[in-house]
Amino acid sequence: MKKDASFYWTLFLSTFTLSAFTFGGGYVIVPLMQKRFVRELKWIDEEEMLDLVAIAQSAPGPIAVNSSIIVGYRMAGILGAIVSIIGTVLPPLLITTLISYFYVAFRENPIVSALLLGMQAGVAAVIINVIYDMASKIILQKEWIPIVMMILAFAATLFFDVNILIVLAVCGIVGILNHQEKKDETEGGPEV
Amino acid sequence: MIYLQLFWSFFQVGLFSFGGGYAALPLIQQQVIENNHWLSSTEFIDIITISQMTPGPIAINASTFVGTKVAGLPGSIIATIGCVTPSCIIVLLLARLYYKYRNLSIVQGMIIGLRPAVVALIGSAGLSIFLTALFNKEEFPVSLSDLNWISVIIFAICFLILRKTKFGPIQVMIASGIAGIAIYYIF
Repeated sequence: MKKDASFYWTLFLSTFTLSAFTFGGGYVIVPLMQKRFVRELKWIDEEEMLDLVAIAQSAPGPIAVNSSIIVGYRMAGILGAIVSIIGTVLPPLLITTLISYFYVAFRENPIVSALLLGMQAGVAAVIINVIYDMASKIILQKEWIPIVMMILAFAATLFFDVNILIVLAVCGIVGILNHQEKKDETEGGPEV
Repeated sequence: MIYLQLFWSFFQVGLFSFGGGYAALPLIQQQVIENNHWLSSTEFIDIITISQMTPGPIAINASTFVGTKVAGLPGSIIATIGCVTPSCIIVLLLARLYYKYRNLSIVQGMIIGLRPAVVALIGSAGLSIFLTALFNKEEFPVSLSDLNWISVIIFAICFLILRKTKFGPIQVMIASGIAGIAIYYIF
């Protein structure tokens, strides 16, 4: 792909727009990024996008910022990462600066609170939709280890407040063991 | 040197907030209220409210809000840069490792193992967004009497549109906001 001015402009504009619409927590940016970079621009394939999200998740800091950095880096190295981080940070920076000057009036405005109440439900639909897509993809593979890992990881974070890093580490190790075992099977298994 | 202090405080917030979102709150609280007395507790709650109403990660909203209050626009920019610097360094390091080693069998196994975990993490975050929107509660247990039926209807329509039509997430979110104004404000 040609890395000319229009490429960087598309990267900037994409991350800027996505960031401007991540209401309700960083994870909302994941479905938005999938739609933009995987389906519309076709810059990254679906599986690689999930890997990038995993990396973004295992580093500290806001997930929306981390995923933008890594998408930018994937597309155009350090310069791409810088362009996409500026795109991601600008909307909250501009909006919060503006709001902090007249916060009280904004908070008490009935139109604003009606808008936000409606958007909560829309955001929930967007994220449930993407979870449905992702989870069905794993279930349809019909391998029991990933399915069990998904359920256990879900229960661990939801009901037992297990640290995310521990969840990721355990799943990574199980993945390595499972993968090595399958490789042994296809190669006829270890000599006994 | 106020700029340096802002940078360093939010650098620490960025560096130690694993898990995103609300994981950053106690760190911000410590830096901004206890260590530096930049905000009162009431103003801190206001930041949480602001960050729920505006796009963007709560850590960035907080950096901007505190930076503006303490040192105007330059302050907000410096605090924000401080907050994202650790992310930049660590994510780029991990990305380099991923692209260098992803064809190794052991790394492939790990990546395949991580996929269900990522789905699960997004799932549990999604569930709390779902509960907040429909029951106004972030965690179980919820009772049916808390259910906001207007939100249920908006949610169901949005979900159907996403599954059955070609409209994307951004259009759906804008439409749900307009529906919110129409239902809660006009009627």
